[in-house]
Amino acid sequence: MAKSSASPAPMIKSRHLLGIADLSPGEITALLDLSDSYANATRSGDKHAKVLKGLTQINLFFENSTRTQSSFELAGKRLGADVLNMAVGTSSVNKGETVLDTAMTLNAMRPHLLIVRHQSSGAVELLAQKVSCAVINAGDGQHEHPTQALLDALTIRRHLGRLEGLTVAICGDIAHSRVARSNILLLSKMNVRLRLIGPTTLLPSGVERLGAEVFTDMREGLKGADVVMMLRLQLERMNGSFIPSAREYYHFFGLDQEKLKLARPNALVMHPGPMNRGVEIDSIVADGVQSVIREQVEMGVATRMAVMDALSRSFVASGSSKGAK
Amino acid sequence: MVRALSPNRRAIVNARLYDPANGLDATGGVLIEDGVIKWIGEAVTAQSLPAGTGPTDAAGALLIPGIIDMRVFTGEPGTEHRETLQSASWAAAAGGVTSIVIQPNTAPVMDDASIIDFVRRRALNTADVRVHPMAAITKGLAGEQMTELGLLKEAGAVAVTDATRSVRNSRVLSRAMKYACNFGLLLVQHVEDGDLAGGVMHSGEVATRLGLPGIPAAAELIALERDLRLVEMTGAPYHAAQISCAGSLEVIRRAKDKSLPVSCGVSINHLTLNEHDVGAYRTFFKLSPPLRREEDRVALVEGVADGSIDVIVSSHDPQDADTKRVPFTDAAFGAVGLETMLSAGLSLVHSGQLSLERLVTAFTARPAGLLGLEYGSLQQGKPADIALVSLSEPWVVEADLLHSASRNTTFEGRAFEGRVVETVVGGASVYKLSGTD
Repeated sequence: MAKSSASPAPMIKSRHLLGIADLSPGEITALLDLSDSYANATRSGDKHAKVLKGLTQINLFFENSTRTQSSFELAGKRLGADVLNMAVGTSSVNKGETVLDTAMTLNAMRPHLLIVRHQSSGAVELLAQKVSCAVINAGDGQHEHPTQALLDALTIRRHLGRLEGLTVAICGDIAHSRVARSNILLLSKMNVRLRLIGPTTLLPSGVERLGAEVFTDMREGLKGADVVMMLRLQLERMNGSFIPSAREYYHFFGLDQEKLKLARPNALVMHPGPMNRGVEIDSIVADGVQSVIREQVEMGVATRMAVMDALSRSFVASGSSKGAK
Repeated sequence: MVRALSPNRRAIVNARLYDPANGLDATGGVLIEDGVIKWIGEAVTAQSLPAGTGPTDAAGALLIPGIIDMRVFTGEPGTEHRETLQSASWAAAAGGVTSIVIQPNTAPVMDDASIIDFVRRRALNTADVRVHPMAAITKGLAGEQMTELGLLKEAGAVAVTDATRSVRNSRVLSRAMKYACNFGLLLVQHVEDGDLAGGVMHSGEVATRLGLPGIPAAAELIALERDLRLVEMTGAPYHAAQISCAGSLEVIRRAKDKSLPVSCGVSINHLTLNEHDVGAYRTFFKLSPPLRREEDRVALVEGVADGSIDVIVSSHDPQDADTKRVPFTDAAFGAVGLETMLSAGLSLVHSGQLSLERLVTAFTARPAGLLGLEYGSLQQGKPADIALVSLSEPWVVEADLLHSASRNTTFEGRAFEGRVVETVVGGASVYKLSGTD
């Protein structure tokens, strides 16, 4: 039983979910609670209340992502939404023009929920200014990926019972990762002790001011960690541009059994996927007992159901949907 | 250069005559005849003027030499939908700017005497203020082949620059510097190491939070230090178009201590704004060089105050929705600024950060001296280019009311104290604040 029958009060203040930066700790907790109930309901085979019935959800992915797009699609369908996947070419010369033009075209079709991924930081926010429906950021450039941070937090909370006071180590390409940024924001808001681990070329400028301890020695950084969150290393960062080689990276920053032993016994191993086995993570660890990587995927669907449900409440509560105006 | 014929005779009295470079600060008046300052000083009053002059009573307003803006981009030729010489001149006039020095990165590039000639004629026919072109250092701004520096100077180029690009090749630059010495041409450089720059805003915590690639201050320092070594080698007069960080100021001071022929400018944006103004991806604040830390801004203001920085420019760069209403990484650099530069500068004076003397000198006498222009001073016999300024007039910037053809201002909604009341170019009034007469 996922959906309570109580009157649908707005759960989060904002009309959109553009980033974790806009959420309060209370809103995060409420979203995690709702996600939790969706996860339980799905596992126990309960039918979900069709809270999005009659609503239109458009997945607009300027940057390809089979996993995230499928997750949002499934989440929408489980809640009864009419889901449309828009294929947008990324080869357009003037990407900027495409964003706003596409936004206005789609807006004219009056969707209720727009799920957007774009390769430029801030592009989803720009688009949100031009549409009258609720927008969910499914990843913008190197800025934010809020649903990923929420599903990560949900996974941790279900396993360890809490967030507050835990020590979480985020390891890898912090500089170019939106997953890292959203997780840093969310976990700091929830009073998690944060550690960032990576080679100096993959640590962003001003990293020491993000409210986390910074390590360039992975062994040091992993000591006593409750959670080890690995990041994907993009292929184009290897081969001499940011690091000399995948081999060297694996040697110093790849998570293998030996390094994992430095963390707390039974520490959780996480990865947002897709993994580069043998580059940032060893297969034995990725598939091992401490790994919750596949569960993260499961929690992704529940979290996205919760987010869409929460956002839809504000326009269902106001009598008519904004998209239909 | 100015379309309207100057009225034969005109006078302004009861003004605070202010030209610090000439030691002038007195209540008095000015008599203009045939576009030239005929008589200026305390003795010029309504009573002392020849009968029938009908002087304008300035009611104590500040009367300064018209501003010379050394860094203005227009869209003519090439992108006239963003700005023409005429619309830029209107914006200039409304900002008390009587001479604009336009940059050569037009389409086609101003790398040939015929284009300089075209632009000057076009300005004569359409613009309300004086237009002085800078020509390219290298053909097509490609940084490879030197342009015909001598012919360009003869055609009317007041300096040479590759506009928003640094000449990257040290051999090409050193030759151009040496050769420019033949003609006493000032070489103006955008100081940025393109390989290191790469990003879209100042490298630091703000950029990291926004997930935007950064431009470290070192990108500017490396280019500047390299250039100054070449100045040392060639002895060529050199001007860094804009510096943006405290480190560059140290480099400039060291060079000046060594008496190298070096000068530099700073944009009004870098004196009044910092990286935090980018806020949530506000592309109007995407500038090159980027807005940097507050410490840098404070240091730059001090640099103007102590004379290490010679000139203040608007770096007026009109951009349209097609280049600004896009994701931050894809957006063009630049902001308009001609019309707000003086008021923004006065905000520094009112808050006690900068003296009026230094502000006015950096707007007038210094750029005139660097470019060898006869404007920028209130002296008898000089062209009557004048800005009449109310130091206290309050106003709020509204982008839609600006005279530029583009609206990308960094000062939208900003409340200012102090505004241009009237602008005079060659004796002709080219702007009057409405509500005044």
